[in-house]
Amino acid sequence: MTELLTGVAFSVVATGMLVGWSAAWLGTFLVLRSTAMITDAISHSILLGIVVTWWWSGQTSGPLLILGAALAGVATVFLSDALARTRLVKDDAAIGLVFPALFALGVLLINLLARDVHIDQHTVLLGEIGFVWLDVTTVAGVAVPTSLLWMAVVTLINGVVMMLLFKEFQLATFDPGLAAALGFAPAGLAALLTSLTSVTAVAAFDAVGVVLFLAFAIIPPAAAYLLTDRLWRMLLYATFMASVASVLGYVIAAAWDLNIAGSMAAVAAAQFLLAWLLSPQQGLLAQRLMRRRERDQHAQEAMAVHLCQHEDDPEAEVENVVGALRSHLGWRDATARRVVAQGLESGLVTRDGERLALTPLGRALAQRILGTPTGAR
Amino acid sequence: MLDYTTITVLTGALLLGLTAGSLGTFAVLRRQSLLGDALAHAALPGVVLAFIVTGSRSLGVLLAGALATSLLGALLLDRVVRRSRLKTDPSLGLVLSSFFAVGVVLLSYAQRQGGAGQAGLESFLFGQAAALLRSDLWITGGLTLFALGSLLLFWKEWKVATFDPAFAASIGLPVAWLEAALTALVAVAVVLGLQLVGIVLMASMLIAPAVAARQWVRTLESMTILAAAFGATAGVVGTYVSAQADGLATGPLIVLAMSAITAVSLLAAPHRGLLWRSLQRRIGRRDATPDRVLTAMQRLARDHHNPTYPSDLGMLEAGLGARCHRALAELEASGLVERTVHPPESTTHYRLTQAGAEHAGLEAS
Repeated sequence: MTELLTGVAFSVVATGMLVGWSAAWLGTFLVLRSTAMITDAISHSILLGIVVTWWWSGQTSGPLLILGAALAGVATVFLSDALARTRLVKDDAAIGLVFPALFALGVLLINLLARDVHIDQHTVLLGEIGFVWLDVTTVAGVAVPTSLLWMAVVTLINGVVMMLLFKEFQLATFDPGLAAALGFAPAGLAALLTSLTSVTAVAAFDAVGVVLFLAFAIIPPAAAYLLTDRLWRMLLYATFMASVASVLGYVIAAAWDLNIAGSMAAVAAAQFLLAWLLSPQQGLLAQRLMRRRERDQHAQEAMAVHLCQHEDDPEAEVENVVGALRSHLGWRDATARRVVAQGLESGLVTRDGERLALTPLGRALAQRILGTPTGAR
Repeated sequence: MLDYTTITVLTGALLLGLTAGSLGTFAVLRRQSLLGDALAHAALPGVVLAFIVTGSRSLGVLLAGALATSLLGALLLDRVVRRSRLKTDPSLGLVLSSFFAVGVVLLSYAQRQGGAGQAGLESFLFGQAAALLRSDLWITGGLTLFALGSLLLFWKEWKVATFDPAFAASIGLPVAWLEAALTALVAVAVVLGLQLVGIVLMASMLIAPAVAARQWVRTLESMTILAAAFGATAGVVGTYVSAQADGLATGPLIVLAMSAITAVSLLAAPHRGLLWRSLQRRIGRRDATPDRVLTAMQRLARDHHNPTYPSDLGMLEAGLGARCHRALAELEASGLVERTVHPPESTTHYRLTQAGAEHAGLEAS
């Protein structure tokens, strides 16, 4: 058991997976509420929180550091909101003003105060998941990597809160007005989400770094969003994809000796690309197929209407031939041939040499479009 | 007093400030403030790829790579926003973190390949101003000239496309192309800043000067010029402080200088600044409005059955609990009130004119 929990591969993958789960659950709501870039700001500002808490308490890990750093994250959101409320600055610009200032201040304080201490901006930005097993804590006689332990606690908190407040979060996300009317305090829920995101970002930073936390928070939920319309499915898919990304990312990183957290996030990015390409409803291929189907349908309708209008004309000889489709409907040769072939196949028209005639099915289609009651001619 | 390196960095920071400030104006006005942040992160894989492919550490090569993936990031961002149900905000985060993740993976690959050259690559995260060479300034200068020249050349087109895209399209301007070109220029500015302030803090160099400038002026022309001036000032001040104090990174100092300028602008700029507005409100509370003074005088006249009842300034102020001389001067100028004397008292009194009394009569009926 002890060996299992401290085994390098296990502790690394487990830490990555827990970060992935927490991030996916929070990220689902962040993506749906379009507050993803606030997360970017939070995850950068925690550097200042870490430096200040360390300076004040002398600790470089533990609950106090998590709390202090998370507070800096919450303060970032509060400051950006306050700045946007003055209406001197748009909300996206407010975010972009606050977090670089706080991050720069953090780096400067490190330059000034912490030259000999192991806190630096590179670690905060990139993390070092490969080293999680170096720092272990003994719990009930079992040695567990400290990062893994903290991540497990945070994941548990996130899971419990999500489960208890699922309905409330759902309502506040999709219909804040109704949520407010029903007394669910959407502002309070938003603040809770912000706080959880901050705490999770802090717990995750020494494992995966803040930018990759952002990747875990945004990419799997974004991919899941393209696959389903149901919130609980989105949560499920995002959790599943984050898990796959952790395992696969680790395997790839181990095989080629690459940055592990980066590799996990890159796998997640590849998952998004696949979802974007192949999603049954939202995917690029599905969109293209749907557009083609619609175009073909319109072509059939145009042909049927054209044939129907000239059916009993004296000009039917000239109009209802394949060549006329080209000149009168402005179709290219290939298009006209394809449309006629499709029409023959679906039983809308019959063909006799060059001459085209509507079947009863085709006539019904044309008359439905023209609004003429069947048999009224 | 200033050594060779410092002068080089100062020049670089000045050029960066000019470019980022003026292009940032458009980014902020078009509500694309965080575009720069995403594009800066998207530059990382390009920098590393350029190094892996060419084995060269020269700034020109690395920045060419950075520009390439930055532009790819911009293109992908545009596609995701147009061709998926994701909105702009999550799409920005998506592009930012995906490209950065790939960059981190490539960075670890380059580090494993070893060689003395890769050592400097990580410096692009936070910038490493001291590594800027005099010969690099040709690249910086060239990019600045290109960016600012394009801005001047297509000024009118971009102005219309920014403020009224529908009108721009109706007069036949290629709005989509103009927007794409502007985004590409933002990528150029981002790439310019990589060496000096780095990926993480680049967003600030685009946003802060524009936001600061907007508080002082109202037109696009003056806003762009002022933003460029603020950016250049922050660049110079940050570099100078960093050169004086040993061990302080240049990038964060430039950003903090820029943040300070922005904070002062948000607080103190005439008309818009927060302190200015609260001062105005306080003055407003202290001074009675002309309407209040006129109403008070009309009530006095009615109560004393004397349409030209002379009111003492001190009495009016005591009655209203506010200063009245500004309001009285205004009423006097508009002919509703006139000065008079009321012997034996020696102070100036005010009474309603014919017009003022009629005004009162109209109001009363």
